[in-house]
Amino acid sequence: MKDSRFDKTLKAIFYLFAAVFAIVCLYPFLLVVGSSFTDETTLLQDGYNLLPKAFSAAAYQAIFATRTIPDAYLVTLFVTVVGTGLSLLATSMAAYALSGRRLRYASHIALFFYFTMLFSGGMVSSYILTTKYLGLQNSIWVYILPVLVSPWNMFLMRNFFNDIPKELFESAKLEGAGEARILRSIVIPLSLPAMATIGLFYALGYWSSWQPAMLYIDNPQLFSLQYIIMQIIRNVDMAQSIAVAGSQTAMSTAPAYTVRLATAMVTIGPIVFLYPFLQRYFVGGLKVGAIKG
Amino acid sequence: MRAAIKSKGLRDLVYNRYLYLLALPAVLFSIVFAYLPMIGVVIAFQDFNPIKGLWDSEWIGLKNFEFFFRGQDWLIITYNTVLYNLMFIATGTLMSLTLAIMLTELGKNAIVRTMQSIMILPNFISWPIVGLFSVTFFTADTGVINHFLSSIGAGTIDFYTNADVWPPILVLMNLWKTAGFGAIVYMAAIVGIDKEMYEAARIDGASRLQSIFRITLPMLKSTIVMLFLLSLGGIFGGNLDMIFSLVGDNSFLASRTDTIDTYVFRALRTSGSLGMTQAISLYQSIVGFILVVAANKIAGKLDKDSALF
Repeated sequence: MKDSRFDKTLKAIFYLFAAVFAIVCLYPFLLVVGSSFTDETTLLQDGYNLLPKAFSAAAYQAIFATRTIPDAYLVTLFVTVVGTGLSLLATSMAAYALSGRRLRYASHIALFFYFTMLFSGGMVSSYILTTKYLGLQNSIWVYILPVLVSPWNMFLMRNFFNDIPKELFESAKLEGAGEARILRSIVIPLSLPAMATIGLFYALGYWSSWQPAMLYIDNPQLFSLQYIIMQIIRNVDMAQSIAVAGSQTAMSTAPAYTVRLATAMVTIGPIVFLYPFLQRYFVGGLKVGAIKG
Repeated sequence: MRAAIKSKGLRDLVYNRYLYLLALPAVLFSIVFAYLPMIGVVIAFQDFNPIKGLWDSEWIGLKNFEFFFRGQDWLIITYNTVLYNLMFIATGTLMSLTLAIMLTELGKNAIVRTMQSIMILPNFISWPIVGLFSVTFFTADTGVINHFLSSIGAGTIDFYTNADVWPPILVLMNLWKTAGFGAIVYMAAIVGIDKEMYEAARIDGASRLQSIFRITLPMLKSTIVMLFLLSLGGIFGGNLDMIFSLVGDNSFLASRTDTIDTYVFRALRTSGSLGMTQAISLYQSIVGFILVVAANKIAGKLDKDSALF
């Protein structure tokens, strides 16, 4: 059956609307990429442009000539890799224990986790706990430990485990496999997509982390990348000091504005690079989450 | 030995000890980082002194609350918090739903898939980065928007001193970042609708628009209502990540951008009274708790499978 003329017009409108929104989503990225490769004085005179009128990679050279950004990169990388690993381990262990209604107290433990999603002691309590009683200030672990287990992710993971057919466990047991063997040859292989999804949730959270740095960290060597971004948004002086130190030029010609943009680019670089994988798993995980509620 | 253990509960603990051990690390982290801070809510009833600590600070009853509720601040930040969330929920639902319906109607081809990928991209970028992007658009002299406005001869806008422009900006930014990703949930629900209904409608001569309004939207009603309800439970949350990344501690804008979270976050860093700040935080936690529980209860009544727990 063919589309009527009215339906064709409608389709054209839909294309237009979706295309406009997609362009609006993409435009800021392209603008910042283009401008970050622009010569500083041109940028200040002509404003931001998609295509650099005078090409210059000075901002990127400046960034990598000083320690600030590379140090922050290492901090963020450590937090993301180690944090995601530990989070995934603790989360999947608990989720596996609570799955399949094997434990008599499973629902009590689930309620214990669920309550933390409903009520929180607030930022002040966490602040006092972290600084006065745990002494985590100026430690890289302050990025990781307080957010190690997300109950939401734990429940998502438990729902994944619950979906593994019971018959698989039963037949494995009949053939004499122990718990460890079942875990190794059934549970882990089957839950790899779930692990990837939840792992990406955690990784994105750690990669975006800046609040711990603002509240608990004074040592500039332990600043995360996003916290540096946060600082240079409001404080051109900071970008300027990187630019001056990194480009070995006078204050007036140092690429302070373009350094800000280049910093944004190197921060989102890995995400754009991993984007195809992110998209596939996130979308899959979200759909499961949506259907499972 | 085993038979000697009479209590069923204890027997389960012993028999399944390895499984219980697996859950232990997560339980311990919850106790330390989620339950211990709950004890800290008592600070709201103290003239808290960090040196004296939790047990030796002076108890002052409800004075912190009295002080907070006597002033104007709590009204402003509560109003902003609730208003932003309601606006985000309403516009977000509408936009995500519209995109989901349009993209599904357009079918699957390379162009549609590319557009969808691009729409999801902003969701993966952190708010600080969005904040930095926004600076390139909004700064007074070099910003893209003012550059454009002056090139067509219109007057420029001083975004960072003009509070009233921020509610629409925040709504648009929220749409930019979340609408494309939100559309996926609705697309998943649309895929689940029986295809035969559409075929039958077409044979009866229904146009695309009629199919959308007579089949798709009615079939999505329960999903929409459910997601709407569940997000209503969160309207006391403060959008700290977003608002702080975009406007920071800018006091020119505070009247329209300050929410409960940003207020508490600022008080925490600017050596305000911790007792008073905790009182505000506790007010937020309690109202938030009531809202979430109520929203979940109603959602559960409407649809038994939708509750997470």
